[in-house]
Amino acid sequence: MTQSSPGITTHTGTAAPLDQANVDTDQIIPKQFLTSVSREGFGRHLFHDWRYLDSDEQELNPQFALNQPDYAGASILLARENFGCGSSREHAPWALADYGFNVIIATSFADIFYGNCINNQLLPVALDSNDMDTLFTAVHAHPQTPVTVDLEAQQVSIGDLCFDFSIAPHHKTSLLKGLDAIGQTLELEDRIAQFETTRAAWQ
Amino acid sequence: MAHTLYDKVWQAHIVDEIGEDSLIYIDRHLIHEVTSPQAFAGLKEKQRRVRRPDLTIATMDHSISTRSLAIDACGPQNALQLSTLADNCEQHGIQLFPVGHQKQGIVHVMGPERGLILPGMTVVCGDSHTATHGAFGALAFGIGTSQVEHVLATQTLKQSRAKTMRITVSGTLPTGITAKDIILAIIGKIGHAGATGHVIEYAGDAIRSLSMEERMTICNMSIEAGAKAGMIAPDDTTFEYIKGREYAPKGEDWEAALTYWKTLYSDADAQFDSEVELLAADIAPQVTWGTNPGQVIGVNAPVPGPDNFDDPVEKESAQKALKYMALQAGTRLSDVPVNHVFIGSCTNGRIEDLRAAASVARQGQVAPGVTAIVVPGSGEVKQQAEREGLDRVFTDAGFEWRLPGCSMCLGMNDDILQSGDRCASTSNRNFEGRQGRGARTHLVSPAMAAAAALRGRFADVREFQE
Repeated sequence: MTQSSPGITTHTGTAAPLDQANVDTDQIIPKQFLTSVSREGFGRHLFHDWRYLDSDEQELNPQFALNQPDYAGASILLARENFGCGSSREHAPWALADYGFNVIIATSFADIFYGNCINNQLLPVALDSNDMDTLFTAVHAHPQTPVTVDLEAQQVSIGDLCFDFSIAPHHKTSLLKGLDAIGQTLELEDRIAQFETTRAAWQ
Repeated sequence: MAHTLYDKVWQAHIVDEIGEDSLIYIDRHLIHEVTSPQAFAGLKEKQRRVRRPDLTIATMDHSISTRSLAIDACGPQNALQLSTLADNCEQHGIQLFPVGHQKQGIVHVMGPERGLILPGMTVVCGDSHTATHGAFGALAFGIGTSQVEHVLATQTLKQSRAKTMRITVSGTLPTGITAKDIILAIIGKIGHAGATGHVIEYAGDAIRSLSMEERMTICNMSIEAGAKAGMIAPDDTTFEYIKGREYAPKGEDWEAALTYWKTLYSDADAQFDSEVELLAADIAPQVTWGTNPGQVIGVNAPVPGPDNFDDPVEKESAQKALKYMALQAGTRLSDVPVNHVFIGSCTNGRIEDLRAAASVARQGQVAPGVTAIVVPGSGEVKQQAEREGLDRVFTDAGFEWRLPGCSMCLGMNDDILQSGDRCASTSNRNFEGRQGRGARTHLVSPAMAAAAALRGRFADVREFQE
């Protein structure tokens, strides 16, 4: 099997709480930063409008969770329903990963964003809203307590708390093995070529 | 066994089954300057080729100016992105519609115009509004850049089957109610994430009565309800639209295609995972009041507040939205002044949209203090509008008449709002900062946008019916 990255098995780190529903991709990475032609360097613009008081990114907004000293160095982001809604821009997961996040734990995710995370080895974990409440409370109370996300066991734990999560088997395999999706498909060249012979000329 | 339209298109494109996933063949791949450069860079890095440049079509739309044809009109970064697309297309033999080309336009406007989108096709693009093309009975959805690279290299995508939702809109549309009002009312009803994980099929006599352009407006905003895609079964309206277009099948191919297309509908007893029903008669002209497209009301309804919602998430979202939008619960939209009006986008930048806006613009002058711009969705729309004299109608009324592009829908160019600006916009997203940091966007139909331009505040377009 072709591999593109080492893969994810478990991740442990502190969490930053973004206690908000419907965080859209325009908020994650605003359009003025989409003019780049590379995948790198989006982290400094992550959550630009909320994170900075000025457009030149000189003045941090002290109210914003990610700017609070308690959450400095967090590698896990907590959020609520419908995280990543809006555009298909893959710049959103690129920005989150470049900032230093390895895992996003939220009540639910928008479809395109979720797929984009998988393709970038950024682990999206969906927990039900009661578990999210408990997790937010635990992180607010003890910001320095590490959170462990075990993909193999499909569990999130913090202190004595432990939550199970579900993930589609094929997504899990992609993340665990860090597979090169294109390389895998190219191995099916014969099938693709065969399919093409069945297509009508006008298609 | 009875099948839905989605099932039929899905089944017809399975190349291989991989676990619980399917490898799906892609018939059309539309690309643009923003989400493709990293995909081409990925191909180059791995020394991979574009498998089917003949099924790939490129246009420039997001990063371009609507005031100038100069490629660097929006600065060097945008220029680099545009020239990168041109270089990639040249290198891989992909047809490009660059800035200044007569047929250039917003990808979701120019694609159908050229006859590139046909019933039963799978269509993808690195843009969430790709759902637009579902209006033809195609399975069309937005993808990320890694998937753009995957399609370029393999002409396929690995996908899981989506759930299905049928939304039936019954009855006759009241006067003054447009496709934009229908889709906003739908999103208002099911919510901003109401169709997550689903492919929607829009059905019912109110949908059936719509033109192709109106159907594109409906399907375009499927993603704003969280849907993977939106589809409408093809019929005579669809076939008439396609016939004779540049890339449409001709002669015997046309007959063969038509025979196939006529099989593309949901069987009478097909089962959907969920069903939603609306009555056309209940739909009023819609205006969004909040910061997602589901936060929408009829133009004469008072702005809701947190107390109007039972769900704690919606309650909190309402509170936050009202703060950002500088609105108070109970306010009448007819008392809310606007200082910008944007008519255009892949949702509402087609000729019928401009005709609807012009029919209102004819009745007055843009109110003092309001900047109103009209941005045709493509070169073809622009030329047609100019043949009909619509450009003069707009400019005589005080609107600006621009060059085609995505423009102020997302402000990745020089059409951007300032903090505190309030805009009546025919685009598709009213997210915080979408049209400019601190700017406030209200989504409306083209006629409603023109009415807001004339009044300087939101107005019921039914007062402008000629």
